[in-house]
Amino acid sequence: MAIKKFAVACYDDEEVLFPAVKAVRNSGYKMHDVYTPFAVHGLDHALGHKETDLHIAGFIYGITGTATALGFISWIFTGDWPINFGGKPHFALPAFIPITFELTVLFSAVGMVMTFCYLNQIMPGVKKHVFHPRQTDDYFTMVIEMTGNTTDEEVLDFLKTTGAVETKIETAESEWWYGRWDKKEAYELA
Amino acid sequence: MHLKYEATLREPLVNGKKTYGQITEDIISPIERKPGRMWYVGFFFSLALLAFGVFSVCWFVYWGLGTWGINRTVGWGWDITNFVWWIGIGHAGTLISAILLLFRQGWRTGVNRAAEAMTIFAVMCAGQFPIFHMGRVWDGFFVLPYPNSRGPLWPNFNSALLWDVFAISTYFTVSLLFWYSGLIPDFATIRDRAKTKFRKAAYGLASFGWTGSAKNWQRQEALALVLAGLSTPLVLSVHTIVSFDFATSVIPGWHTTIFPPYFVAGAIFSGFAMVNTLLILVRKILHLEDYITIGHLEAMNKVIVLTGSIVGVAYLTELFMAWYSQQPGEMNAFKWRIMGPYWWSYWAMMTCNVISPQFFWLKKLRRNVTFTFIMSIVVNIGMWFERFVIIVTSLYRDARPAAWTYYSPTWPEVGFYLGTFGLFFTCFFLFAKYFPVIAVAEIKFVLKTSGESFKNEMVAIENKSNEDFALEQAAAHAH
Repeated sequence: MAIKKFAVACYDDEEVLFPAVKAVRNSGYKMHDVYTPFAVHGLDHALGHKETDLHIAGFIYGITGTATALGFISWIFTGDWPINFGGKPHFALPAFIPITFELTVLFSAVGMVMTFCYLNQIMPGVKKHVFHPRQTDDYFTMVIEMTGNTTDEEVLDFLKTTGAVETKIETAESEWWYGRWDKKEAYELA
Repeated sequence: MHLKYEATLREPLVNGKKTYGQITEDIISPIERKPGRMWYVGFFFSLALLAFGVFSVCWFVYWGLGTWGINRTVGWGWDITNFVWWIGIGHAGTLISAILLLFRQGWRTGVNRAAEAMTIFAVMCAGQFPIFHMGRVWDGFFVLPYPNSRGPLWPNFNSALLWDVFAISTYFTVSLLFWYSGLIPDFATIRDRAKTKFRKAAYGLASFGWTGSAKNWQRQEALALVLAGLSTPLVLSVHTIVSFDFATSVIPGWHTTIFPPYFVAGAIFSGFAMVNTLLILVRKILHLEDYITIGHLEAMNKVIVLTGSIVGVAYLTELFMAWYSQQPGEMNAFKWRIMGPYWWSYWAMMTCNVISPQFFWLKKLRRNVTFTFIMSIVVNIGMWFERFVIIVTSLYRDARPAAWTYYSPTWPEVGFYLGTFGLFFTCFFLFAKYFPVIAVAEIKFVLKTSGESFKNEMVAIENKSNEDFALEQAAAHAH
């Protein structure tokens, strides 16, 4: 995949990060991503991300579960193998509700978590470049993709003016790949 | 001034002067250190209990359930008692993480990780009992609706026992997913500060390659919210369905419509008690008093006094309904509960569950760690007796006096129960060693609103007059 050159700026406070994100976007730099140690509310909007549609996927999985359970049980008790329970109706809807509910929740939860992993491109064994080891600890790390229009110094100087406590230029694989976390990344060895 | 604000009237959730980095250090560093002697003692003691449990299980699987004390009158003894007890304990975790998330209760962040772990381990323990109660456990998979060569012959989807199979397996799966989706970012934190090769590789695998990208966080929040929304009715449904095991039968003492809410309240009651037991130990051993504060314990004690009182009202309602029904079977069932040969279990239940939690009306006792710890154990003993009362004292005198009996467990039943303690604590000790016992990312999220030092900075602002504050803000934001 693509190995690219990035400018990395670390901030130690989300209150500094927000104006910095705004400044970078206004200046027309190519924002790669912002990495935070926890969910910073409003950052997605500051970066111009759309709302996620994950919950819609969850709803669809849930409905699938409902239909599966209700359809399956109804088919079994009215078509495939009807059993007479003391003369009660074969299609005993109230008695089908508990399992229908459970399968709705099960399908929705499992489906959503799998979709979550797929969309985020995360799974066991996947490796993504960590721009700063403290980006999951206490640094808010903004990464700008370098284009031909700017020089390293110019970008770094600009990032320093936004309040970054640490800035650097880094060449990294921008996408996920399979790899081991205890090994040096391939392009670093090259 | 920070973007978020919370009144100083509310107790801080994080004590002391913390930074984001300090939080990571406090919670993650116990994972990186060698565990103390107490950990080894506890772990190997649990392992020994587990081994005894495995031996007991092997014994009764080999010789059959005839080795148990159950008989034709009392078909459900200790094992179903223990099943309901463990399942009840398993309710607090998801309640804390799901319902309290929907209600935006910030104090959830300090306790949810350990409580959810407890839920998962408790459900694992609970599941053992119905499985081995089947007797021919190797045929256990018959409960699953799979296309088989016997017709296909399907399980009875109208049976409360089959609802249980679905409810508990769903509950386990969803709780596990909820728990793990919250753990991923924290595993990434451990990975990125790991010094040893093995740790980096192991937590790298466990963290799924999480980097903390803004978009990923957005999805993570959406996922947590929807999973909370799904788990909330799920938690309530699970113990409701467990209570259906009893309520859909026609046994006096079981056939009541009050069972679902009464069981759910009892489950939350015992679950929070178990959370208190574990967290008091965890905060002490891992020095996490700043994150699991007295305020957290007090909040849980408030839930305990509420649910304990609900349970008390349910007990009294049962008695009233038995009298009001004027049905001899029903009236006798309750008379014998109170005064029959099992009177001691009834009164143990009443004392532990109804009387003892009332002490928590006193703020002083709610905030007393030692008292809370003792109470948390008392409550769980009480809740065990509740299930024993419901099950055994409804069965031992059935409709035919000739079949009346007295039930006591045999050693394989007791060993089985002890074995689940072994399983539970083995898992919990491993969790406390290798997992972040507090949700690091979530604590960081509430730090600036609810951290003690940040709240103290607000005092000056709170003391300002409205006019001064408005003028200052206008000046600060004038461009």
